[in-house]
Amino acid sequence: MAKQLLKGNEAIVKGAILAGCRAFYGYPITPANEITEAAAWYLPQSGGVFLQAESEVAAINMVYGAAASGQRVMTASSGPGISLMSEGISYLAGAELPCVIADIMRGGPGLGNIAPEQSDYWQVVKNGGHGCYRTIVLAPASVQEMADLTRLAFELADQYRNPVFVLTDGVIGQMMEPVEFPDAPVLPPPPEWSVRGDAATRKNLVSSIFLQPDELEEHIRHLEFKYKLAERNEVRFERYRTDDADYILVGYGIVARILKHVVEDLRARGIAVGLLRPITLYPFPDEELRRLAKRAHHFFVSEMSTGQMVDDVRLALAGRAPVEFYGRCGGNLPTAEEIASFVLRRIREEVTLHA
Amino acid sequence: MFIENANGDRGYVEINPEECKGCGLCVASCVPKVLHMADRLNHLGYHPAQYLGHGCNGCGLCFYTCPEPGALRVFKREAAAA
Amino acid sequence: MPNYAILHEKPECLYEDYERKSELHRQTHYCPGCGHGIVHKLLAEAITELGIQDRTILISPVGCSVFAYYYFDVGNVQVAHGRAAAVATAVKRAHPHSIVISYQGDGDLAAIGSAEILHCANRGENITTIFVNNAIYGMTGGQMAPTTLLGQKTTTSPTGRDFHHDGAPMKVGEMLSALDGPTYIERVSLGNVKQIMLARKAIRKALETQIAGLGFSLVEFLSPCPTIWKLDPVDAQKHVHDVMEKHYPLGVKCDRIAERTAPPEPAPMTPLTDLPRILRLPSTEPAPLHFSEEPLDWRIRVAGFGGQGVLLLGQLLAEAGMDAGLHVSWLPSYGPEMRSGTSNCHVRLCSSEIDSPVVSRPNALLALNEPSLRKFIATVEPGGVVIYNGDSIPADCSRHDLRIVAQPFAEIADSLGSAKALNIVMLGAFLSLSHALPDSPIESALKRLVKSERWLELDRRALAVGRERVPAEEFVHA
Repeated sequence: MAKQLLKGNEAIVKGAILAGCRAFYGYPITPANEITEAAAWYLPQSGGVFLQAESEVAAINMVYGAAASGQRVMTASSGPGISLMSEGISYLAGAELPCVIADIMRGGPGLGNIAPEQSDYWQVVKNGGHGCYRTIVLAPASVQEMADLTRLAFELADQYRNPVFVLTDGVIGQMMEPVEFPDAPVLPPPPEWSVRGDAATRKNLVSSIFLQPDELEEHIRHLEFKYKLAERNEVRFERYRTDDADYILVGYGIVARILKHVVEDLRARGIAVGLLRPITLYPFPDEELRRLAKRAHHFFVSEMSTGQMVDDVRLALAGRAPVEFYGRCGGNLPTAEEIASFVLRRIREEVTLHA
Repeated sequence: MFIENANGDRGYVEINPEECKGCGLCVASCVPKVLHMADRLNHLGYHPAQYLGHGCNGCGLCFYTCPEPGALRVFKREAAAA
Repeated sequence: MPNYAILHEKPECLYEDYERKSELHRQTHYCPGCGHGIVHKLLAEAITELGIQDRTILISPVGCSVFAYYYFDVGNVQVAHGRAAAVATAVKRAHPHSIVISYQGDGDLAAIGSAEILHCANRGENITTIFVNNAIYGMTGGQMAPTTLLGQKTTTSPTGRDFHHDGAPMKVGEMLSALDGPTYIERVSLGNVKQIMLARKAIRKALETQIAGLGFSLVEFLSPCPTIWKLDPVDAQKHVHDVMEKHYPLGVKCDRIAERTAPPEPAPMTPLTDLPRILRLPSTEPAPLHFSEEPLDWRIRVAGFGGQGVLLLGQLLAEAGMDAGLHVSWLPSYGPEMRSGTSNCHVRLCSSEIDSPVVSRPNALLALNEPSLRKFIATVEPGGVVIYNGDSIPADCSRHDLRIVAQPFAEIADSLGSAKALNIVMLGAFLSLSHALPDSPIESALKRLVKSERWLELDRRALAVGRERVPAEEFVHA
């Protein structure tokens, strides 16, 4: 298939339909609107369902209905909308329903603004909703990955019977890059546990209620087992010039792209620096961070927030190496120049300290 | 079907005393007044409804007023075969 | 000896035994005299007699009827509090042939789920809602509901519901009937056996409406809750009749069955082989172009007023760059500034893989107005190119380390036929000056992005004039 210049948001929709998505329920919000608009255009033509819901609360519950019916289904929103969807996401996880949710992050808290941020990390990666559940979280850093990781998201959602997030920032959503789609579209048959209004599925029940404590504990343990399995099998990350790196930069989404530039810049100045870009934010690449810490002795995390993912880096490293944080927020992007000078300053301090 | 206890009445009510919660709605709804609450208690601790044994007209109102879907069955006498 | 036939018994679509707490039960979990059991029986009887058991999907709510799936031998989906109408919407749209019944109490439907039911009804979703109104929150222990009667004491209106404090009891049937969306809405009562028989008919009519594909139907049941009302079952039934029905008049609230027609049958499944066409995926790879052996790295910032075609200019560069076999990225500033009148975008054209699409230090600036020039000129790398739409560079903006071209491009475009072609004239000027891209991918990008023949023709002229006005060798050193 030839390449096509596309916005990240539109790539999500095309990737989704090629991955068998046949239902989209959403509510307008900037900077995720192109997803909803592309879904409104392409899904009905592709034999799918598109409906604009009355709220994000309704949208996520429509997703619940479509998933219970056996459709590959998705929705998309941004921070304020994801807050409203949290209830439904907990129910989806509790009822073991697969779905894909794209969060194109904007500035918060409250109404904040529509410019890019990465401040939904805690809400999405650590659960906005109630109960012992997790969502698998994929973090694209290019338009090509918006398409590819959306497809992967549908596969993982079905495999783990769990909601999967595609979490990125307004920049990746709004920017255009060439994308290449897979040649073979897929449309898997509906899962056998789904409720489809026929004799074959009449005995099926979709529910998240377990009244007896022992039954609920058994159910939660079952969910926990799935998450452990995901932690073992689904960790994905990109390493960039880390083999000989003394310093490791960590970032995801658009920040990882900026950090690549920083790596080049600092390498040109003779500093052995590399980049670790988590592609899955849950499960998080803990092992890889610890492995890198065997050589690298200083870690730098950058995010478009006051520091959220940095917690996970610190938890993974558990004191093995110092972790520094540089963040911008409110819709501002950290520039490569800012980050490079931050890193240089810290390295110099370190040298002075040890001299 | 032949029901010995029906006494040739137009209808007959069969109440499962172990499903009945003793709410009394069937008794209140019965036009010929042939249902009453039993003196004994069932395994749930309720006085179940009871058919007096004769006089049922097979109207079926007790069935529709009973909140337990399976506590009550109503039979109707079939027209005699020619 | 006379023979007897069964006249009424438990409908087939209810399970023989109800499995719960790992045991089998024959009784429902409802309290003695509760209306839910009667509604279940009426609903089950209608499903059985209409022959739709296999097709039926029951959406059970949060409330006393949360366990409706214990009883109904149909497809079951248990949902969050208040959200039954939203879930039902998607289930029905996924399987239009199924019969979708959402079952909700008054707290669930009229309070927390009021938005969902309103919009579901207004969309005329072809589902049936069974709405059980007992004027109280039963399962949570007797709190005030939107339907609680004035003066009625509940645990959260301990001195009785007060109009000035809590508002009026909500008449859901009338409220939803005020919308044009619903097809059939009726309020019925379990206040005595005669009314129960009328309720039986209403359920059937509602389901028949759905089976015929005629749209949204809802039956509101005034229903007793003897336990919370602290009345014995017979008195509770009487209370429904004597008190509730006074505030909640029974009857058909809307019946638009005669006006409605069934939607057409859903289209057959779209073949997967049609998807590339539907999704407008390109079928042929453009022939690779090797126009330059030199490593190339254009980091371009285009900026101007909204409406000047800033974003399109950037996109043309990116599209053409892609066709020329380069790595490209295009990033708009989509923030609030877009709405306050200014617009800018970042474009990269690169012979190697692009790390960051963010252009903070451009080597080319295309400034379509003066504020943009002022905002970005300081960020341009030494040796970079600046193309400015203006007679001359304002003195306080001049830099000696840049190649700057300043011309009244808007006026040039205007003389061609439209000032709107300003962006394309400037593109021509930039291409002439920079040799960033050869002609053929620019032409193919124009053809892809400019749909109107008239504009395409104008843009071609604008491009040519832009090139002519800024010959490659002409640099203005400000």
